[in-house]
Amino acid sequence: MRDRLLLELLRAPLTEPAPAPDEAALAELAAKVDGAARRRLGRSLAIREVDAGSCNGCELEIHALNNVYYDLERFGIRFVASPRHADVLLVTGPVTSNMREALERTYRATPSPKWVVAVGDCAVDGGLFAGSYAVVGGVSAVLPVDLHIRGCPPSPTTLLKGLLALLHVA
Amino acid sequence: MSALAALMRDANRVTSHQPWPRVVVKRQAWSAAIDDLSQRRLTLLSLWGEAAAVQMALLDEPTGEIAVLGLDCPDGRFPSVGARHSPAQRLERTIADLFGIVAEGAGDVRPWLDHGRWAMRQPLGARVASPESPMPYAFLSAEGEGLHQIPVGPVHAGIIEPGHFRFTANGETVVRLEARLGYVHKGIDHLMAGAELETAAKLAGRTSGDSTVAYALAFARAVEAALAVEPPPRAHLLRALMAELERLANHLGDIGAVCNDAAFALMHAHCGMLREQVLRTADACFGHRLMRDRVVPGGVAADLDPSGQAAVGALVELLRGRFPALPRLYDNTASLLDRTVTTGILRPDLVRQFGAGGYVGRGSGRAFDARRLPGHAPYDRLDFTVPVQQEGDVHARLRIRMDEVEQSLRLVSQCLARLAPGPLRAELPRQPGEGMALVEGFRGDILAWIRLGPDGRVARCHLRDPSWFQWPLLEAAIEGNIVADFPLCNKSFNCSYSGHDL
Ligand code: SF4
Repeated sequence: MRDRLLLELLRAPLTEPAPAPDEAALAELAAKVDGAARRRLGRSLAIREVDAGSCNGCELEIHALNNVYYDLERFGIRFVASPRHADVLLVTGPVTSNMREALERTYRATPSPKWVVAVGDCAVDGGLFAGSYAVVGGVSAVLPVDLHIRGCPPSPTTLLKGLLALLHVA
Repeated sequence: MSALAALMRDANRVTSHQPWPRVVVKRQAWSAAIDDLSQRRLTLLSLWGEAAAVQMALLDEPTGEIAVLGLDCPDGRFPSVGARHSPAQRLERTIADLFGIVAEGAGDVRPWLDHGRWAMRQPLGARVASPESPMPYAFLSAEGEGLHQIPVGPVHAGIIEPGHFRFTANGETVVRLEARLGYVHKGIDHLMAGAELETAAKLAGRTSGDSTVAYALAFARAVEAALAVEPPPRAHLLRALMAELERLANHLGDIGAVCNDAAFALMHAHCGMLREQVLRTADACFGHRLMRDRVVPGGVAADLDPSGQAAVGALVELLRGRFPALPRLYDNTASLLDRTVTTGILRPDLVRQFGAGGYVGRGSGRAFDARRLPGHAPYDRLDFTVPVQQEGDVHARLRIRMDEVEQSLRLVSQCLARLAPGPLRAELPRQPGEGMALVEGFRGDILAWIRLGPDGRVARCHLRDPSWFQWPLLEAAIEGNIVADFPLCNKSFNCSYSGHDL
């Protein structure tokens, strides 16, 4: 094992340069988040991820943000286990009727100021699942959403651009 | 005469059902099938409802025969399978939730997917009003001195799907675990009904995000069976190639994540790197990292050009070079083995009773793999082995994945070598029919059953995730382990919530 660690020390890092924040995301955020909240959030973000009904595809790509190529933590962005420690709720999926209350409770447990980022096409308007008896709709049907990151699922690069936009306006 | 043949002897065969027979039986034969299941003469592949009928898919493992038994239930009742064969219990509770059809004599009649929060109850049946407030759920009790309960979820600490776990513990030791699922129920059965094939295929590919290729493949094969269409050879090979890339990506992710739950982050970092390489190659070759919507009824929607072939070849080389060091590292790390060996042991007889597939089944001695039995193109012409372990612990389920990475690499190479120019898609007629398929996803066998109406649209589609027969076994495997080992056991099963909740 020590050989491996040594070897990795000698190799060039795999981590990629940061992409520029997404322009559309910046515009959406500028319109929604007021300056005071931005200043209070500062340049480090704690994210609580909530699957509100996703197919799990979005989660796979959110996970990928932690691999060595994207290495999200270098930007001061990290995932936390409790909503009580979070600045941002990252919500995926069409919101199912069975998850609605859990999502609302998670939101209430998150201290203000807080941002809600809706991830994936389903989180925008329910996607392919819209209209089902078991689906409430997109995240904005339940919570005020500050930023949408589209895709099915959005790639880690797309996710990164959106999250960097959060830091940028902050 | 085989057990299945005996059941079907005097029954009416539905001629349009392909490739395996479907027969409409009377109550007597239905009850005889329950006998066979409870005596372990047959394996339950699935059980699902319709407006006024229930269907049960059965496998005769020694002979490899498969058949579907249908029972009309005009009065909305059928003899419970779950009462004598517990793997059917949650499927029956789901039939009651969706259709309002009642399993007579069932021991557990609690709603399963329906939490009392949908816009209506029995959405595919009588469509009755939902209760004013959500229905309370009575967890099974465990009584004794010093026992305490730990509720967990539905929102968990990590980036994972939602579900509720109710632990009853005695000190640190888990005495009972009961899962409550259904939180991500999206109403896929309902959305499928009446959908055009194109939309339905997309829905199938969004049933469980990590198995999008396998689900799209299962759905496509069921449709092709119903319409008696055979995809061109190049499509078969590209499908298998995508399915194996998906298996590689998921197994790599799981191997890293299980080790990470045992606090061994180095493995997680290395596996994450290799997984990312698989997804990037998939993106470069097929235009989507998860290869979603690339397998379609009739064939495939994306080709592999010469530069793509070279990229897949390079990926195989990279993994062949880098991966073997990881199982070696695992084998040489005593502190890691200490966590995985003898943890979360799943007994072989339970695996056989539940017909559990994937690494859960193969880690406990059940060699079943849908690529072999019933088998499907192009695997019948490819060379691979199905690894099996006997111990049934976290270690065994991890080992299966490691061995399967090597097999998938062999399969990808063979697909590449056999690719010959040719068409990608067969024409699909617009006509009625019934079809079924069993496809091996990374976590086990996915069953897809479809009935197409005269207009060529989906009349009814049932998708059975491998997790249906794995979730209950997690509850058995954790018994007697410490609560702190649950994440490790859970990850070693890695059951799907979305695929199960539908
Ligand atoms: S946007 Fe796509 S990947 Fe994300 S939850 Fe919806 S279907 Fe799944």
